[in-house]
Parts: sequence; C-alpha cells; structure tokens
Amino acid sequence: MSYLRKVFIIVRKDLVTELRSREMIFSMGAFSVLVILLFAFAFDLRVTKAGTVAPGALWSVIAFAGMLGLGRSISAEIDRGSFDALLLAPVDRSAIFFGKALGIIAFMMIVEAVILPLFVIFFNLPFVQPLIILIVVLGTVGYGGIGTLLATMAANTRLREVLLPVLLLPIAIPALLAAVKCTAGALDGRDFAEWSNWFGLLIAFDLIMLGAAFLVYDFVVED
Amino acid sequence: MSQTRDRITVPLIVITAIFIAVATYFAFGYAPTADVLSGSDVQRIFYFHVGIAWIAGLALFVTFVCSLLYLWRGEQRKYDIIASASVEIGVVFGVMVLLSGMLWARPVWNTWWTWDPRLTTTAITEFIYVAYLMLRGALDDPQRRARFSAVYGIIGFASVPITYFSTKWFNTIHPDLFDGQNLSPLTDHMKPAMFISLAAFTLVYILLVRMRAKVERTSDEVAQLKQEVMSISN
Repeated sequence: MSYLRKVFIIVRKDLVTELRSREMIFSMGAFSVLVILLFAFAFDLRVTKAGTVAPGALWSVIAFAGMLGLGRSISAEIDRGSFDALLLAPVDRSAIFFGKALGIIAFMMIVEAVILPLFVIFFNLPFVQPLIILIVVLGTVGYGGIGTLLATMAANTRLREVLLPVLLLPIAIPALLAAVKCTAGALDGRDFAEWSNWFGLLIAFDLIMLGAAFLVYDFVVED
Repeated sequence: MSQTRDRITVPLIVITAIFIAVATYFAFGYAPTADVLSGSDVQRIFYFHVGIAWIAGLALFVTFVCSLLYLWRGEQRKYDIIASASVEIGVVFGVMVLLSGMLWARPVWNTWWTWDPRLTTTAITEFIYVAYLMLRGALDDPQRRARFSAVYGIIGFASVPITYFSTKWFNTIHPDLFDGQNLSPLTDHMKPAMFISLAAFTLVYILLVRMRAKVERTSDEVAQLKQEVMSISN
C-alpha cells in the first residue's frame, strides 16, 4: 500500500465518522456564523468602511472555528480510545499526522465554503473569487497543519483543549497576519506586486511549519 | 549522594557583580550623552536594554539548541533541565526588555508602545515562551513533559524569524544600531560601554542558568530519595 493511500484512508475514516454524526461541522458552522454576527455588532460594520475590517474579521472567524475543530478532532479520538488504535496501525507516524491534518483542513474548508458566501452577503464585498479562495486554502493548510501537531500535544495534557489557543495563536500570528494582508490586497483589487511579499510569507509559513511538524510528530505520539 | 561544593558558583557571583558594577559605571559615567538615541540622559537605559535583549534572545536560542539535542541525542535529562531553565530566564528578561524599552519610548517616541516589528516580535515571542511554561505545567509525566516542551521549543523558535518578517513590513521606528557591518551610529565612547554591558549580562545569564539547573537537579534527587524511602518503609 502506497504512502498516499495510507494517508487517504485516515482522511476517509475521519470524513466518514464526521458525515455520520455531523457534530463538528455543525458546531463549527454555527459558531462561525455567531462570530460573524458578533463582529457585525461589535464593530458596527454597516457604517465604517467594511472593506478595512472584513479581512481581519474573516480570518478571526477561521482561526476560532479552526481551533474548535482542531481541539475536537484529536480529543474525540483520545476519548474514544481510537487514537491508540490508530497508532497501532502499521503505517508511518507521519502518515497519521498528514491524515489527521488533511481531515481537519477538509473540515475547515467545508466551513469556509459557508463562511465566504456569508461574508459576501453581510459585507457586500467580492469575497468569492479565485484569488481569495487560494489565499484561504493556503492559510488553512498552514494553520490546520501546525494546529494538528499542537492539538495532539494539548489533548495529552491536564488542561486539554484549554491549552490549545495558548499554544497555537502566538505561533499562527504571522500566518494569520499574512493571510489578512493578502485577502485585503485581493479584495481591493490591488496589484499582486504590492502584496506579493505577504503571499510569499504565507507559503513560507506553510512549508516551514508543515515540515517542522512532520519532523517532530513522532516525538509527540510516541509512548 | 553527597553534594560536593562546587568551586565555580561563588567566584562567578563575584565576577558577575564586578562586571555589573563596571557596566553601570560605564553607562552612567563613561559614555557620552548620545544624540543618535535622541538626546537626554534617558538614552542611558540603552546600555541595559541591549544587554537584557541579548540575554532574552540568547536564552531562547539555548532552549532551541537544547531542545534539538534532547530529541536527537537520546532524551537526556540534562538537556531538558537547561532548556527549561533557559526559558524561565528568557521570559523574565523578555518582560524586562519590554519594560525598559517602554521607559525610553515614552519620552522619546511620546508613546509607551507602538506596533513596531521588534516590539511586536518580542511581545509575540514572549507569549510563545509563556505558553511553553504553561505546557510544562500541564504535564505530569516527566518524560512526556520533556519531549513535548522540546517539540514546542523547536516550533516556537522556528516561528520567531517568520514573525519578525511578518511585522517588518509595517513601518519601523525602532533605532537600528546594527545596520550593516559596523555599529555606525555608536560613537567611540559608546561602544565599550555597550560591550561591557553585554558581557556583564552574559555572566548574569550563565550564573542564573547554573543555579536554576542546580535547583532542578536537587529536586530530581529529592524525588528519587523519597521514592527510595517509600520503598524501604513498605
């Protein structure tokens, strides 16, 4: 069985479990909509120039909803005892990492597919366009990737999911910042050259963090 | 286990104290009031600010190296001790960097805080290492604690340059003394004061790491003795 196939089987396992219960997608989705409403009230987005606040609001929603999914995805496995079973599977530990990470990224993207049209509706801004979708995918990959590693660590501590935001946010700040800047650049229709350094930073974050997580994941799950 | 008195700690304390005293004299008595750092005597905090910042950075670098060594050199306890001791010192010095910078920034920039890359990076890095300490606190099993914190020490340090670049593209107003190869804005009389301060703070750091590591080793020993006593009394 090839490496990719192993990864795919783990992703499919997560997707099938989720499609049967739909717990996580629904709670992430509902939570995202509530956060959007919260932002709308907190910043009164009708009167201020929505375009200046909306990219930040989008990525705050993605970060919070992603956190919810990350915490749940790992701790549910540990509660069920299925994480140990997963570790017993005759696959490379990094295949488990990529499988779990891709599963979480898939969930986040499903939720984002709902959030982006909502942003179009609420803010009357062209959020659904190829460039922004690409930025959202890149941001989600980095965030979900390093988040999977840190969520696995957090789920094994006494504080469990409570620790996840503390571990994840300071490390994810550059990715979120770059994603916000790219989204704003694409939204305003500015030249790519003006915000290409942010775009490069986003890709660099994805590569560095996924690479680092891949290298150290063994140490987090070994017992 | 009999604890032999080590011959380094006391002389080290004495030497460090002398260096700190000399550095203080140089900062207040020897160095001129510099124009590059905006005028008045308030800039003399620079000699401490740079020394402290250097230690905050050095401490976190040492943690990074020890974390790597811990994971790839067969999980030896000594690396974990130095890594964690170094983080504790790094966090304290990180707070001191921010505070000493604010004291200077208030009269010179007319604000306590600005979202300058170095300030922002320092603050975010500070949070990473506070998270590191929280992670340690939330883990009971010593081996898992050591492994997890080594992983976080590596990831956290890797994120520092990314954070720096991400904040660099905002406007910066922080004076850049190390622009290019030479310390151009520093006059001849400022350099010795700065280097002595750097040396003095490095000694402080070495002293603190040694003492903190000793405390940790002693507590290991106590835990072991406790276990021995328990097994005898049972």
